[in-house]
Amino acid sequence: MKILVPVKRVVDYNVKVRVKSDGSGVELANVKMSMNPFDEIAVEEALRLKEAGKATEVIAVSIGPAQASETLRTALAMGADRGILVKVDGVVEPLAVAKILKGVVGEEAPGLVILGKQAIDDDCNQTGQMLAALLGWPQGTFASKVVVEDGGVAVTREIDGGLQTVKLNGPAIVTTDLRLNEPRYASLPNIMKAKKKPIAEKTPADYGVDVAPRLTVLSTAEPAGRKAGVKVGSVAELVAKLKDEAGVI
Amino acid sequence: MQVYTPPLRDMRFVLHELHGSAELSTLKGLEEVTPDLIDAVLEEAGKFVTEVLAPLNQSGDLEGCTYENGVVRTPKGFKEAYKAFCEGGWNGIACDPQYGGQGLPASLNKLVEEMLCSGNLAFGICPGLTHGAYEALKNHASQELKDRFLPKMVDGVWSGSMCLTEPQCGTDLGLVRTKAEPQADGSYKVTGNKIFISAGEHDMAENIIHLVLARMPDAPKGIKGISLFLVPKFLPREDGSVGPRNGVTCTGIEHKMGIHGSSTCQMSFDEATGWLVGEPHKGMRAMFSMMNSERLSVGTQGLGLGEAAYQAAVVYAKERLQGRSLTGAKHPDKPADPIIVHPDVRRTLMTMRAYNEGCRALAGWVARALDLMEHADDPQERQRAEDFTALMTPIVKALFTDLGFEATSMGMQVYGGHGYIRDHGMEQYVRDARIAMIYEGTNGVQALDLVGRKLPAHMGRYLRSFFHPVLNYMDAKLDDENLGPLITPLSKAFGALQLATAHIAEKGLKDPEEAGAAATQYLRLFGMVALGYMWVRMAEVAHEKRVSNPDDAAFYEAKIATARFFMEKLLPDVAALWGSIKAGKASMMALDEAMF
Ligand SMILES: Cc1cc2nc3c(=O)[nH]c(=O)nc-3n(C[C@H](O)[C@H](O)[C@H](O)COP(=O)(O)OP(=O)(O)OC[C@H]3O[C@@H](n4cnc5c(N)ncnc54)[C@H](O)[C@@H]3O)c2cc1C
Ligand SMILES: Cc1cc2nc3c(=O)[nH]c(=O)nc-3n(C[C@H](O)[C@H](O)[C@H](O)COP(=O)(O)OP(=O)(O)OC[C@H]3O[C@@H](n4cnc5c(N)ncnc54)[C@H](O)[C@@H]3O)c2cc1C
Repeated sequence: MKILVPVKRVVDYNVKVRVKSDGSGVELANVKMSMNPFDEIAVEEALRLKEAGKATEVIAVSIGPAQASETLRTALAMGADRGILVKVDGVVEPLAVAKILKGVVGEEAPGLVILGKQAIDDDCNQTGQMLAALLGWPQGTFASKVVVEDGGVAVTREIDGGLQTVKLNGPAIVTTDLRLNEPRYASLPNIMKAKKKPIAEKTPADYGVDVAPRLTVLSTAEPAGRKAGVKVGSVAELVAKLKDEAGVI
Repeated sequence: MQVYTPPLRDMRFVLHELHGSAELSTLKGLEEVTPDLIDAVLEEAGKFVTEVLAPLNQSGDLEGCTYENGVVRTPKGFKEAYKAFCEGGWNGIACDPQYGGQGLPASLNKLVEEMLCSGNLAFGICPGLTHGAYEALKNHASQELKDRFLPKMVDGVWSGSMCLTEPQCGTDLGLVRTKAEPQADGSYKVTGNKIFISAGEHDMAENIIHLVLARMPDAPKGIKGISLFLVPKFLPREDGSVGPRNGVTCTGIEHKMGIHGSSTCQMSFDEATGWLVGEPHKGMRAMFSMMNSERLSVGTQGLGLGEAAYQAAVVYAKERLQGRSLTGAKHPDKPADPIIVHPDVRRTLMTMRAYNEGCRALAGWVARALDLMEHADDPQERQRAEDFTALMTPIVKALFTDLGFEATSMGMQVYGGHGYIRDHGMEQYVRDARIAMIYEGTNGVQALDLVGRKLPAHMGRYLRSFFHPVLNYMDAKLDDENLGPLITPLSKAFGALQLATAHIAEKGLKDPEEAGAAATQYLRLFGMVALGYMWVRMAEVAHEKRVSNPDDAAFYEAKIATARFFMEKLLPDVAALWGSIKAGKASMMALDEAMF
């Protein structure tokens, strides 16, 4: 079984993101970029399945600018076997990504696609679900445990009330939550090997996908600054404030 | 607060933009080392240091190593971190692939080392010593010893130590008393006491390979009668597994000022089995392979801590509100301005910054020479690179550790009283930095090496490997519109260096005490000129890139401003140094011993 892992190049999670002065988006010039942390978890899970003998090949795919090949190299350095770069400059919305991925799935015929549940840049949390719908495949989202069994996969999902386990048949879509695993550090030998692993270059046209945005961004703004807190004198006062002012109890 | 972030942008600047990393992949054996690989390695090393090693820095300092019945325990988390470090292949980053290393160039390794030192110096000492021991064995041991020991030392399963110092013998290794008796099977029985042995005993590796200086029964007196021996903690079996315990034990560890996470061991050798490395009585030669590599690494320790202290100081200087800007409140909405508005705080931060970035650039130049020495095709080029490394080794060791210590002290100063207390971790940097001026040959001894050995060597040939490129560069750039204002102070400082060099050559020849009296200040003077040269070169690159890469203009503007700060505010020290050197030894040596 092949596993396909889409990886997105995003602003590094340590960077304090700033909104551009004209409100058209966030500042990306000279900002450190790295692999979306949820995608790292996805790569790790795929690698573990391969190491456990449940998968034969791990293919990383990234949709983005030329520099997204660095993100692919990171996946290859972790241990993925090869990469596919679908080159697109500018914004690619989840639906376009899902359509491209559908095309990749058509070519590669993986048994499993493991995606991050969301990317930390726009937090859409849509691509995995859209891809499942486009393919007509079962989906197990927000996975905190993935067990590949005969002819399917059992996915334990993190839901509001606790955990839910679903059994998916045949080729399926999994999206990762934070607690699924702890991604490995790429070892030095693997970083060097990654250089020699192939990355195929594609374009959206190869999959017949039009990536033109369907959405319009009206404005981007910094969140309002936090207001100073107040010190309460007693528990009774706290309860009263929570009731009357905050209205949360 | 210890807030270290690997300065990847500046590291890439030094490696790619200043020293031109493209050249590396044209060297034999380094074909794979392309800029994208370099970046990937730096990135991952930075991640490992920040996520795994740096979090253990303060806890390791607080807990320290502990000793009980011959067993040394490293602080909590060190063992696991060491395992992860070795599994990641970092231990053998610059070692020969023939022994399982990654074969990456010094130009890259020095930057990774710097990150290690910034993140957790005490942790880095053990792998550093293993690498030094690796160098000595690789260059001097028999093939059989190499095959038996190097692969496990490269992958870190076995670590290394260097056992030189004895109670009566520190700087003066001619006083070594440890004995080595030849045995019928070609091995030796080593007996004696060593002190201050870093990583002589610990719980991170399966075996510890000691390189021990000792004397054979028929040895000539003094330094010409010292041989080098490999003495393992456990004698390896034929199949490579560890066998019986050898006659070497740790009898205690020192309580000391800093690097608490690194054990400093008293070692007792009692008829321990060892093997000769290199030729009989030529142990110092073999040891020097180890020491040269270690001296450059110890220089990096100074730089690493200076960088960590600088970053912490910047964060604090932007947060701490005290006093008002002398030109009127900058933040009237706050009870006071952040201290970064004060000129004196700026002076402190800029000094740290100018030293750190200057040293990083100089380290990059020396590292490139190390790579050329090893990989260049042209024998002349290899020779030049070797001359240059020989000349710069004592400078890098002493200058970087002096400036590193000064920088950590400045970092503490920016924190005021909050730097002196333990919580913020600033006093740890000061304590950790202090040892680097002492071990691997005290900085005073480095200065003697520079004036006594390196200057006169081959009629000044080593010196030319530095003087010629600097002179040529100044000639070429004198009329450069951007660089002219920087070239003037550089050529003034260079003039002082030439005068001081001639002074030492002339006076020192007649009276070696004159050379000894000038040595430390001469090394500093030399080092400052070398940093000055690096700063002008950096400014040159920054002027070009500011135009060709406007997205990154702020980075280049800061380079240009810092270059100017170095040339205007720090380099003038050179005049005072020359003044003092010129005055000679007379007042230094005037007092009779009894008058002290
Ligand atoms: C934490 C720590 C770790 C260490 N790790 C190791 C290790 O792993 N292996 C090892 O073998 N050793 C190690 N050492 C020992 C270290 O290398 C020595 O302390 C150092 O070489 C100085 O020797 P010493 O302490 O005997 O000082 P001394 O040699 O007694 O020197 C005292 C002072 O006199 C000066 N001096 C001495 N001789 C001269 C001279 N000829 N001309 C001018 N000035 C001179 C020195 O510069 C110094 O200022 C370690 C020491 C410490 C504290
Ligand atoms: C061990 C110890 C004992 C102490 N004992 C006492 C005691 O007995 N009684 C007592 O009252 N206090 C005591 N102190 C406090 C000590 O006097 C202060 O730490 C010291 O005055 C510096 O203040 P600070 O730590 O708040 O640093 P800050 O005032 O925050 O200074 C931080 C840095 O900013 C610089 N800076 C601040 N303002 C300016 C300015 N306007 N212009 C230029 N630079 C500026 C400082 O030079 C310093 O480098 C003690 C502190 C320690 C660590």
